[in-house]
Amino acid sequence: MTRLFAGFIANVIALTTRLVTAVQARWIGCGPEPVRRVYFANHASHGDFVLIWTLLPDGLREATRPVAGADYWLKGRLRRFIGRHVFNAVFVDRTRTNKDGNPIETMSAALNEGASLIIFPEGTRNTTAERLLPFKSGLFHLARQNREVEFVPVWIANLNRVLPKGEVLPIPLLCSVSFGPPLKLGEDEDKAEFLERAREALLGLAPKAL
Amino acid sequence: MSVLAQLLAIFGASAAIVSVASITGFVLKQRRAEPDPFVENFNARTKSWWAILALFALAFIFGKAGVIILFALLSFAALREFLTLTYTRWGDHWTLLAAFFVVLPVQYLLIWDEWYGLYSIFIPVYAFLLMPVISAMRGETERFLERVSEVQWALMITVFCLSHVPALLTLDIPGYEGHELLLVAFFLIVVQMSDVFQYVWGKLAGRRKIAPSLSPSKTVEGFVGGVLSATALGAALYWITPFDPWQAAALSFVIAMMGFCGGLVMSAIKRDRGVKDWGWSVEGHGGVLDRLDSVVFAAPVFFHLVRYWWTV
Repeated sequence: MTRLFAGFIANVIALTTRLVTAVQARWIGCGPEPVRRVYFANHASHGDFVLIWTLLPDGLREATRPVAGADYWLKGRLRRFIGRHVFNAVFVDRTRTNKDGNPIETMSAALNEGASLIIFPEGTRNTTAERLLPFKSGLFHLARQNREVEFVPVWIANLNRVLPKGEVLPIPLLCSVSFGPPLKLGEDEDKAEFLERAREALLGLAPKAL
Repeated sequence: MSVLAQLLAIFGASAAIVSVASITGFVLKQRRAEPDPFVENFNARTKSWWAILALFALAFIFGKAGVIILFALLSFAALREFLTLTYTRWGDHWTLLAAFFVVLPVQYLLIWDEWYGLYSIFIPVYAFLLMPVISAMRGETERFLERVSEVQWALMITVFCLSHVPALLTLDIPGYEGHELLLVAFFLIVVQMSDVFQYVWGKLAGRRKIAPSLSPSKTVEGFVGGVLSATALGAALYWITPFDPWQAAALSFVIAMMGFCGGLVMSAIKRDRGVKDWGWSVEGHGGVLDRLDSVVFAAPVFFHLVRYWWTV
């Protein structure tokens, strides 16, 4: 029953997302293949992961889990239900109050179970005029622990214009999501090099600034 | 011939033309050993033409209401494509909401109401003056003039100009009462077939590029062949219009010329914004605006020429 209802809610969310944004998937560097991946994307809107999630075909969508802050998603019954059963999110402790809740370990565990992940390496929503904030080191640590997993850069265009911070009603502008060529951590690549390479790969997918 | 019989004849002929394109595409595909991008695109375009034809047939069944609702939806789709490529800031959020959910519906309600005095000035006067006020009140001044200008341009092109197609239904032409849907059909066929003729002439005989910095696919041969073919087609369609063959030819010439100009201007905007197409909702064609760029430039001119010389 819970599953059926969650499936129904999932379809409603995906359909609404498509109606409002007419979102187009651009598989530039890879296709929607059923391999273990970490999709890492720019983060400018609360709806970012919903957009990526909507574009994944059936089968892939169930196996791809957004990484979300436990502090936000475990608050309130509806939010918890959607986070757990609709998006099947991996909850991480962003506040890091105890040692057991190391977010990288939690993410690695999910990858080891065969899931793919959606993460936002900037660590927080970008509300500045910069295209992309500096990456947190989490992306590197995750790549070091999971060398065989594909890291796919994903550029989300326009969603921050559809619903800017603090607004309630969305403007129906067109959104697009570009999937770039997958990266893997090099044999002797250090943290700074990898993060720089990942950041450049992501920026390379961004459309011309208006 | 009754209006219904004429409409059926027009739609039947259109379906026959698209059928020829479908068969041509099928034969081309069979002849190629490997998938050819040109043939793939040609077949995608033809497939979309079937969908467009079905959509218009459905709208025409519901008469004036159907055509107005269809064009309101097309304006909506075109407006979102246009605004997606403009520079906006959060300070424009309410302005943009007003564009989509107030200005657009009001314009089409005024057309429905046949209130010529207001629908012809509502966007050029009232939206023009009031929309920047909404943006100004939110206090963000960065690139202000550019932002308000682009929103106004978007509304003029995608709502004001496009709404002049259904506005043709509101013209009172003596002796043509009840035939207004045919005038819309005549206009759309001439403007769209002008694009098709330019495409075909360009593919078959195109040598010299006419505007290389704007569009790589537009040629002198395509332009001349397309405009002349569309003029001839329009003259041949005089029997569904209130015009005689010479008048139908002259108006078709104006429609085709304005349509060509629309293609040029809209290409310049796309070039500047670094995109090839306006969107992706019409398979093979690009966005809705890629199919309507000629329509938006031709519609108001055709409307006013007919209004000035043929109505009472």
